[in-house]
Amino acid sequence: MKTYQFKPYNVGRWLIWSLFAIVLIFAPLIFTSNLSGTMLAQMGIAIIACLSYNILLGQGGMLSFGHAVYTGLGSFVAIHALNSITAGTSQIPVSLLPLVGGFAGIGFAVLLGYVTTKKSGTPFAMITLGVAELVFAMSLMFSEFFGGEAGISGNRVAGQTIWGITYGPQIQIYYLIAIYTFICVALMYAFTQTPLGRILNAVRDNPERVEFIGYNTQRVRYFAFIIAGFFAGISGGLGALNFEIVTSEVVGAGRSGGYLLFTFLGGATFFFGPIIGGILMVLAFVLLSELTKAWLLYLGLLFLFMVMYAPGGIASLIMMNLRVAAFGKLKQIWVSYLGLFVTAFVALIGAGAMIEMVYHLQLNSALGDNLKFMGIVLNAKGVDSWFGSAFVMLTGLGLFEAIRRHFLIEWGDIQIEIEKEIKRREAA
Amino acid sequence: MSYALELKDLRKNFGKTEIIRGVNLAVNAGERIAIIGPNGAGKSTLFNLISGRFGPSSGEILLNGQRIEHKAPYEINRMGLSRSFQITNIFPKLSVFENLRCAVLWSLGYKYTFLKFLSGLKDANELAEKYMAMIRLDKKRDLLAMNLTYAEQRALEIGITIAGGSNVILLDEPTAGMSRSETSRFINLIKEVTIGKTLLTVEHDMGVVFGLADKIAVVVYGEVIAFDSPEAVRSNAKVQEAYLGSHSAEEAGGH
Repeated sequence: MKTYQFKPYNVGRWLIWSLFAIVLIFAPLIFTSNLSGTMLAQMGIAIIACLSYNILLGQGGMLSFGHAVYTGLGSFVAIHALNSITAGTSQIPVSLLPLVGGFAGIGFAVLLGYVTTKKSGTPFAMITLGVAELVFAMSLMFSEFFGGEAGISGNRVAGQTIWGITYGPQIQIYYLIAIYTFICVALMYAFTQTPLGRILNAVRDNPERVEFIGYNTQRVRYFAFIIAGFFAGISGGLGALNFEIVTSEVVGAGRSGGYLLFTFLGGATFFFGPIIGGILMVLAFVLLSELTKAWLLYLGLLFLFMVMYAPGGIASLIMMNLRVAAFGKLKQIWVSYLGLFVTAFVALIGAGAMIEMVYHLQLNSALGDNLKFMGIVLNAKGVDSWFGSAFVMLTGLGLFEAIRRHFLIEWGDIQIEIEKEIKRREAA
Repeated sequence: MSYALELKDLRKNFGKTEIIRGVNLAVNAGERIAIIGPNGAGKSTLFNLISGRFGPSSGEILLNGQRIEHKAPYEINRMGLSRSFQITNIFPKLSVFENLRCAVLWSLGYKYTFLKFLSGLKDANELAEKYMAMIRLDKKRDLLAMNLTYAEQRALEIGITIAGGSNVILLDEPTAGMSRSETSRFINLIKEVTIGKTLLTVEHDMGVVFGLADKIAVVVYGEVIAFDSPEAVRSNAKVQEAYLGSHSAEEAGGH
């Protein structure tokens, strides 16, 4: 039985992509400060990197601990290409340098990925770790290419300018990054709709069965790895242009870990998850690190709670609540949400006060025992401060747990109601 | 003339244990063969050897006259042999439609392409829809495979197996875990979707075996002790002694 249906599908798709373009175009006109300018540029770069990482993690089920190898080597090749333009030995327009990074990414993925993708699962993860260590060790050995401690610096105002675009001002490099971000996101989305993209999902779900429908799983992983390497390299090339300096830190384990952590936080199960992850990554690295010295600890805690309670990341939380909202049931639980947020915030204040006091004692004890935390003066060696913080945290936690239990019951009821509603609509 | 599938003195050892001890079998194109035998006789191992999951210790396997015993599963599949699994083996996080579409892609020559959109592959989409209707799952098109009922998952398992258009189909206990009524419906489905194909199936339910098969191969301790028509196998003294027992033979006769 085929009936004519109005499909808002494509309209929605046009709307989302137009919105995305509008945000990219107008963001720097709304956030005009210097800091927000550099942050927006970095967000574009991080979005491409996290999305390319998710081709491996979310779409292919490949847990890589060495994705920075491909973004980082892309950066190095791009900065060397930039310097050769400055020196006059090559004629590539600066706008195409990210593509140079991308092709470098392909090259290294072809070379290193062949070994890496021979295995899947845990062996795959271990090989990526080994390759990452190998490349990082090499970055300290070959200072001609990696620039040693100082890294390689360049000047992006190089070669012939087209239409007066020199890439000197930050806003010009932002728009270059924005264009690349839009195209790369679109291409990576398109990839998920192709035969290889779908078979990659099948390999993630059940590699054994894929072998029995005619596909060589090793080759599927290899091709996907190369494609991920391409976009990683583009992201690296954009990074080289944006910062005009590339140090060996960009191929380091910390960077690889960052891609994993933020792709996961954003949500690996939905295409748009890593976009959220990339934005969070820049917010954390730039803002949170200014706010507190203990930022990595907070980040670690957040990651821990996400893995335990919301393994689908922020994207899955959004999608679950959209479903609830679509059935008009959000009004039943918003009070619980409010309670959860308030109590979590209270617990966080208590815990934060104690963490900051510990950090103060360890790092700033020369400045005296007092520190300011959220407008309150705390005495890091005072019983009152410790007792008060602990009291606030425990109260918050206790109330949070009580509300959480209540919330879980409500949530379960709503899901059952939605299932019934779906059955009812199917029957109708 | 070459057989659709031929096994010549096939052997498989796991360590010192011989699991398959010299199996010879020749299957003509279009025949339906049931493989029966007690638990641990080596039926599933035999399927694993034929489909390339394991390599044999010695002996030959010929598919349409070509040797396949040292090829990888995907190569054997491309040559026209497809199998299902005893334990449901589908793509749980893909929809029913996507499961079937993945299964038809290689046979239509799309290989590893990432330069075409799936939605534009008219032949693949139509074929996937066709198989979906064939296994009666067209109403569950967009449901994730993991949310199907057990019987539906078994049907999808068969759907994935036949969707690639292979001519030789191996079904490993397709009705395992199903109720009686589900089983009889399911056997009709299998008959329907394997018309014109060579079928080998491992089966425990004797009613099913005698209803479905043109010929029965009895495997005991890694050897084929009989390979003949159902009537001949039923009256074979060696088979009765080794496997069916007088009680089972009577029961089988009732169907």
